[in-house]
Amino acid sequence: MPTATKTKRSGAARVYVALIGCSHRTAPVEIRERVTFSPEQAVMAAGELRRQGILEEAVVLSTCNRSELYGVPAEPGPRVADAMEVFLTSFHGVPRADLDGRLYRWTGADAVRHLYRVASGLDSMMLGESEILGQLRTAYGQALDHGSTGPVLNRMFQGAIEVGKRVRSETEVGARPMSVALAGVKLAERVFGDLKGHSALILGAGAVAELVVENLRNRGIGSLRVVNRSYDRAAELAQRMGGEAIEWSSLEGVLGVPDIVIASVGGTGAVLTRALLERAISAREGRPMFVVDLGVPRNVTDDATGLYNLYLYNIDDLGQIVDQNKKAREAEIPRAEAIVSEHIAKFEAWRAALEAGSIVDDLRDSFHKHREMLIREKLSEMDDVSPEERARIAHITEELIERVLEQPSQKLRRSREMRGHLAGLDALRHLFGLDAAKDEEKD
Amino acid sequence: MAHYYLGYFSLALYAASFLCYARILYVPDLWVGRIATLLLASGIVMHYFALLERSRWIHTVPYNDLYGSMSLFAWLLGVTYLGLEVFHRQRSVGAFVTLLLIVWIIMLAALAPNETPPPPPARGPLFAFHVTLNTWAYASFALSFVLSVIYLGQDRVLRSRKLATPFWRFPALDVLDRMARSSVYVGLAALMMGVVMGLVWQHRLSGGYSWGDPKVLITLAILAAYAAYLRLSRSASWRGARAAKLCAFNFVVVLFSYTFVNLYLTRFHRFF
Repeated sequence: MPTATKTKRSGAARVYVALIGCSHRTAPVEIRERVTFSPEQAVMAAGELRRQGILEEAVVLSTCNRSELYGVPAEPGPRVADAMEVFLTSFHGVPRADLDGRLYRWTGADAVRHLYRVASGLDSMMLGESEILGQLRTAYGQALDHGSTGPVLNRMFQGAIEVGKRVRSETEVGARPMSVALAGVKLAERVFGDLKGHSALILGAGAVAELVVENLRNRGIGSLRVVNRSYDRAAELAQRMGGEAIEWSSLEGVLGVPDIVIASVGGTGAVLTRALLERAISAREGRPMFVVDLGVPRNVTDDATGLYNLYLYNIDDLGQIVDQNKKAREAEIPRAEAIVSEHIAKFEAWRAALEAGSIVDDLRDSFHKHREMLIREKLSEMDDVSPEERARIAHITEELIERVLEQPSQKLRRSREMRGHLAGLDALRHLFGLDAAKDEEKD
Repeated sequence: MAHYYLGYFSLALYAASFLCYARILYVPDLWVGRIATLLLASGIVMHYFALLERSRWIHTVPYNDLYGSMSLFAWLLGVTYLGLEVFHRQRSVGAFVTLLLIVWIIMLAALAPNETPPPPPARGPLFAFHVTLNTWAYASFALSFVLSVIYLGQDRVLRSRKLATPFWRFPALDVLDRMARSSVYVGLAALMMGVVMGLVWQHRLSGGYSWGDPKVLITLAILAAYAAYLRLSRSASWRGARAAKLCAFNFVVVLFSYTFVNLYLTRFHRFF
């Protein structure tokens, strides 16, 4: 696994990216909901990671399906991931044992590939879903605004956003995006058939809720009501989508009306209990009720699952649909992966250029140091050399160094040629003892 | 023997129709769906001519023997389904119904008599309508049974959350429920008319009614059971899967009436 570091340890710009996280692929919702970050927590965590000296640059990406810490460490190495894991568990007060085998760790190009695949929707529960790109953009934007990013993560996340856009516009994966919201609506159609004439209630007025409303509207849903803790937000969404805003306190009173309930209240835990839903179904004279719980933590209590004529799905249940979408769209995956690989190569080239630039500077410094030592040593033995001649010798040796370094400098700066030669750069660094020299200098 | 060839031809059309219906379960295609419907309609028309030819051959009504009766049942099942498909604009149940038709007709081949059955005593058109309408009612109830079983399967799949590809092509629960109810309405109407015609025919024949006959009693029970289904399927505690289970159970009673009661219990309805 290639690893790179952008560290000041040796004074050279070596790029090392580390990532730890868990997603729907590695952890069930019961685990994920314990390590999720609200937007405020994400900003706080990124700042804290930098303040504690674990990372120099940090971005926290937290969605319903994943919680990930991206960073450029101050001190690269395997301990970085450990430190990040300790931070994650202590931040949420979760015992490390609970996350055993649930967290993934990637470094270097693998971390970049992971981020690019996430941005493309290739790692999403719903293949090609579009929400993740917006969530990623928001997470990065927040980190940027709060100054927790740097040149490496800026480059990496900007590249990810570009990859996400390209994959969606140039492949079928992006042409017909399937979102979690749409999956919920499609499942509702399995119960009610045509949604025209049916009514829906949206619990929570966040981004996901808005997408659901959009999908319901596209399918000609009859009436639409929005309930949110903040009435103003509910009213705003309802006005935009042509629905009716309801006060949070009236929730129980109106719950018996809708055929479809989409719950996506963030960070609050259970809102709909079994007793509440039981009363709602009773008020509906037993007509089926379809509830999609998109909240993490879940908005509907677990014990409501078995209620007669209640069709309840949480965010993990929607994963059932993913397999089908994958089958339908897997033909597009190679094209999407090709775009991802193309951008990884670009990132690697940028990284190579950054490192190449630094190695020339290091070589120059090293040669000049040796030149100065040599001149000092040799000229001290030559008393008959005039100051003008000394200056001329100094100038000639300087020119010699520049000429010697001219060709490798040019080659190294042509970063595209350097792809695949990163190991060679390391060898060069080792051959000339550049790191050791710097370390000695530092000591 | 032209009716045999027409019968085989209709079977081939049903089989081709089944393939098209099965195809659209996996790959939705409007034109394949239309071809499926066209093939089914053609099979029904051919089946009608097969029944007609056989009636001409045996010089009597098609239900004169068990073979003819079951063939008429299959034809009426096809007709009822086609009507529902057009009415509800739903093709996704077609694969199941045509498969049932195919299996039913293949079973019929084993019952095909080698000799021409003797013509029955002339009973008149009223009796013919009585039998045909009752057979139509049974066919409709059979269809409602199929729809209810699909409903229950679909409901189970929705609850288990294991959604395979064909799941998305099946009709929604609401559509299945409405189709099953439509089918029961057709069956109930046919059964009521059939019973009335039977009673009128018997009154003309004997001047009285045999209310104590097990076939009459169980038919009245079936009428009550399906009427209860229609009522309960709209009630708070029964609508949905419970009503579908009741509908499926009712058909078990129909089968009992059609087989065991007809063959062993009744005196007036033992025809074969």
